[in-house]
Amino acid sequence: MPDLLLEIFSEEIPARMQARAAEDLKKLVTDRLVAAGLVYEGAKAFVTPRRLALSVHGIPARQPDIKEEKKGPRVGAPENAIAGFLKGAGLASIKDAKIQPDKKGDFYIAVIEKAGRPAIEVIAEIVPEVVRTFPWPKSMRWGSGTLGWVRPLHSILATFGPETEEPQVVPFEIHGIKAGDVTRGHRFLAPGEIKVKRFDDYVAKLEKAKVVLDPARRQEIILADAKNLAFAQGMELVEDAGLLAEVAGLVEWPVTLMGSFDKAFLAIPGEVIRATIRNNQKCFVLRDPQTAKLVNKFILVANTETADGGKTIVSGCERVIRARLADAKFFYDTDLKTKLEDRLPKFAQIVFHEKLGTQAERIARIEALAAELAPLVKADVGKVKRAAKLCKTDLLTEVVGEFPELQGLMGKYYAEAQGEDEAVAHACEDHYSPKGPDDMVPGDPVSIAVALADKIDTLVGFWAIKETPTGSKDPYALRRAATGVVRIILDNEIRVPLVDIFLTADIEIFLDIKSVKLDRPRMALAHLDDEGGLSHQAATKVWHRIVDNAFADPIVEEEANTAKDRVFGLLDFHVDRLEGHFRASGARHDLIKAAMSIQLEDDLVSIVRRVEALGKFLGTDDGKNLLAGVKRASNILGIEEKKDKKNYAGAPDAALLKEPEEKSLAEAVATAKKEASAAVAKEDFAAAMSAMAKLRPRVDAFFDKVTVNADDAKLRENRLKLLNEIREATRAVADFSKIEG
Amino acid sequence: MAEPNLLAVNQSRQDNLNPAKSFQGLIFALQQFWADWGCVILQPYDMEVGAGTFHPATTLRALGPKHWNAAYVQPSRRPKDGRYGENPNRLQHYYQFQVILKPSPPDIQELYLKSLAAIGIDSKIHDIRFVEDDWESPTLGAWGLGWECWCDGMEVSQFTYFQQVAGFECSPVAGELTYGLERLAMYVQGVDRVYDLNFNGRTDEKKVTYGDVFLQAEQEYSRHNFEHADTAMLFEQFKMAEAACQKYLAVGWKDEKHERHLMALPAYDQCIKASHVFNLLDARGVISVTERQSYILRVRELAKACGAAWLATEGGGAGAESR
Repeated sequence: MPDLLLEIFSEEIPARMQARAAEDLKKLVTDRLVAAGLVYEGAKAFVTPRRLALSVHGIPARQPDIKEEKKGPRVGAPENAIAGFLKGAGLASIKDAKIQPDKKGDFYIAVIEKAGRPAIEVIAEIVPEVVRTFPWPKSMRWGSGTLGWVRPLHSILATFGPETEEPQVVPFEIHGIKAGDVTRGHRFLAPGEIKVKRFDDYVAKLEKAKVVLDPARRQEIILADAKNLAFAQGMELVEDAGLLAEVAGLVEWPVTLMGSFDKAFLAIPGEVIRATIRNNQKCFVLRDPQTAKLVNKFILVANTETADGGKTIVSGCERVIRARLADAKFFYDTDLKTKLEDRLPKFAQIVFHEKLGTQAERIARIEALAAELAPLVKADVGKVKRAAKLCKTDLLTEVVGEFPELQGLMGKYYAEAQGEDEAVAHACEDHYSPKGPDDMVPGDPVSIAVALADKIDTLVGFWAIKETPTGSKDPYALRRAATGVVRIILDNEIRVPLVDIFLTADIEIFLDIKSVKLDRPRMALAHLDDEGGLSHQAATKVWHRIVDNAFADPIVEEEANTAKDRVFGLLDFHVDRLEGHFRASGARHDLIKAAMSIQLEDDLVSIVRRVEALGKFLGTDDGKNLLAGVKRASNILGIEEKKDKKNYAGAPDAALLKEPEEKSLAEAVATAKKEASAAVAKEDFAAAMSAMAKLRPRVDAFFDKVTVNADDAKLRENRLKLLNEIREATRAVADFSKIEG
Repeated sequence: MAEPNLLAVNQSRQDNLNPAKSFQGLIFALQQFWADWGCVILQPYDMEVGAGTFHPATTLRALGPKHWNAAYVQPSRRPKDGRYGENPNRLQHYYQFQVILKPSPPDIQELYLKSLAAIGIDSKIHDIRFVEDDWESPTLGAWGLGWECWCDGMEVSQFTYFQQVAGFECSPVAGELTYGLERLAMYVQGVDRVYDLNFNGRTDEKKVTYGDVFLQAEQEYSRHNFEHADTAMLFEQFKMAEAACQKYLAVGWKDEKHERHLMALPAYDQCIKASHVFNLLDARGVISVTERQSYILRVRELAKACGAAWLATEGGGAGAESR
């Protein structure tokens, strides 16, 4: 079967767009082939800075023939209806149509046989369509034309044919660019035209013309050569996958070379050297394998071979890097001349967010909140305040201005250089952590306090101005911040009441908007402690009751509601992150909501402990059966309550307990409830679960021997109440109805 | 006795114009190259601008259907980039060599590479690369796609296909090449400090360096730009330039129909003026972050209106369309 070779040759395609473009080209062409009935055997796409290429093999030479029946008008229908039908079906005369009887009479049927077209014709239509609608992130026009492409498109190569024969050029033209069988080699090393037949000789001829078509192979070549060059000098390449992919997208013929810079520059922090060389020059740095410290060498990847073996290129690159490092050193030395705290006044002029005030205000908030958190995480308040004050100051340094990705790290270096306490210096860097799922969680108390304060201030602030994440939109990375809060709390087992903290951090207090009135919502929130339900919905219900009773003034209610929505909405957001965290680590995330439904719970560590105990319990036979029993009780109750339109809450009447299984269950329920509640209060969740476990045989026996829906209405009601008691008792540890399975 | 002297004279005459040995030679060589290709060689625009793009020969001529090929040197002022003459690379006043080809010819990349060869950068021994760099000028309401051109890892030019200028689509598309002359000269002369560039190619007592010409200016203008520029006056000048631009645009229409404009160029001068005054105010640090945005917007509005007026002039192709 024939193969298709397609190459779209253009001016330099941005490196970052190349991989996606190759995938898009493959998908767009092959999807259309399949839609046209041309099911192919395989397809591969490739990309270099100047060409997008696609090879599709095993395409049928023709589309399959299609037979189609088209229903027409009734026999004897008006003439114009018949004429329209003939035209639409492409029939010359009504005699060519079949007549078919139907329930409603006889109808004309046109049998249209579409012979499959040669694949090459179909491809000649597909490719121009793909080129015209190609989804580049940004495309452009050039010259006097109107065609859009990522950069000016120069030629298209498209051949089609079986392996054994001379392939044909696919006949199409796009905006004056006629498809052919010619391409070009390397821009400098082999600029001439190359005639190509099919994929095999295309790849081979390109290779001869100094073009490595496959980006993966270019990466391999660069990586291997770079490692060898480093090894030969007793050094080690600092690997960098992102840089490797980018560099491979900048060359068609990778030539790896080594250069060096003045050792004196090694006095600059290694990260600054690396950022300078990587970001500006797209070169790799090397280190000493023994000390892991950078050495004064770098690896550059050129796109060409030169008569002098790259000497001129290396010396040019060395000059640029020398100038860049001189700049970096100048920035670094300049930064060291100013104390971090002397930079603070400038923050008063820098807006953090239009609605959230200046950076200075934000730093003051972080400092105040971190100070409140300090005792909870057993950190020295003085150090925490100092760290919070200094932690953002490196944003105003020259080095961070040049390399924003070094924020935090430079803060640490500068803090160390000016003799700050070690914990304070480390907090300047670590308060940004964890920056992602793979980043470490700060462990030092000072860093923890500042890291929590920084993230919570951001979260509370954006919640206050209602800039919360929606769908995939999270421009302020609030999900990451909340996940960070969750991970810091869990990894360090910090007991913090989040609701209190969110209130403490309430940005409006600092923005001086409604500071006075906030005391009232705070008091009202305190009432919630005794009431059931943590979810936003449950809190809203309880809230209304409290507000109705305690605060009749409607303005206050409105404000209080806003405060509550914020705080509980934000807490729910954290619980969602907690679930996400559990899911990612393979733990039972479905138990979180069950464990939390019991009381107002904002202590994540306690929630997790309860979930763990619950998970363990549910893994035992006792747990499984009790869960089944409770679910059964709930189901029966649900059905009967619906039927009777009444609620079976309340204690069962001991006098009406007839059967021994009933009596023993009632007893067990009362005991279990008492024991479990006491254990929960002591946070001994294992003991709480054991108390629950004792319930299981009695529940089983009850369902075995006792008929709930007794004929005697009084007995029935009493038994339903008993079922309700089972449910209530288990609520001491979790809401079993929320557990899956 | 006379012969060696004559040789020396010849030698120095060549060096005067040798792009690898003198700053002025670099300029001459580029002008020669683009003149040979068919560009009109213009002189710098006689107003302060932040980049060669602001020259009406680029901004305005990029708009409209007419073909246009021009090249010129443009002194460019970036008040904020001043470093009191202490930084080896940064200047508040420097030169750009600007080429604008409309429509962009299909072989524009090859032309560019040949122009590099003309100034002594040979692709046989250098690594020349086109690295993605999208260009956008918020004040001009303009954007384009292209590259920064690297020679052995150093950015030596900007290469842009204009897509939009003054808020209008460019059709045909102009190709713009901008050579950073000091940087390029430092590279070909093998000099690490801009002030050490040989300006006139002489090695005898008549040698003049870039520092001889510009060091004092860098020091003085840095003082001016950062410390002493009269901000009250500048705020006033901004308002005046803005008002003048709007006024000239309003009275420049030939008649009520607003089909032909007769004063697009003088109006655009005031837009340039406003832009430069804004840059000075920005360097003085008297414009806050939010204000900054609104100033940029105000200049952009002027630029857009000037672009609209230009399109209603003969140079902008208005006459050709109505005929």
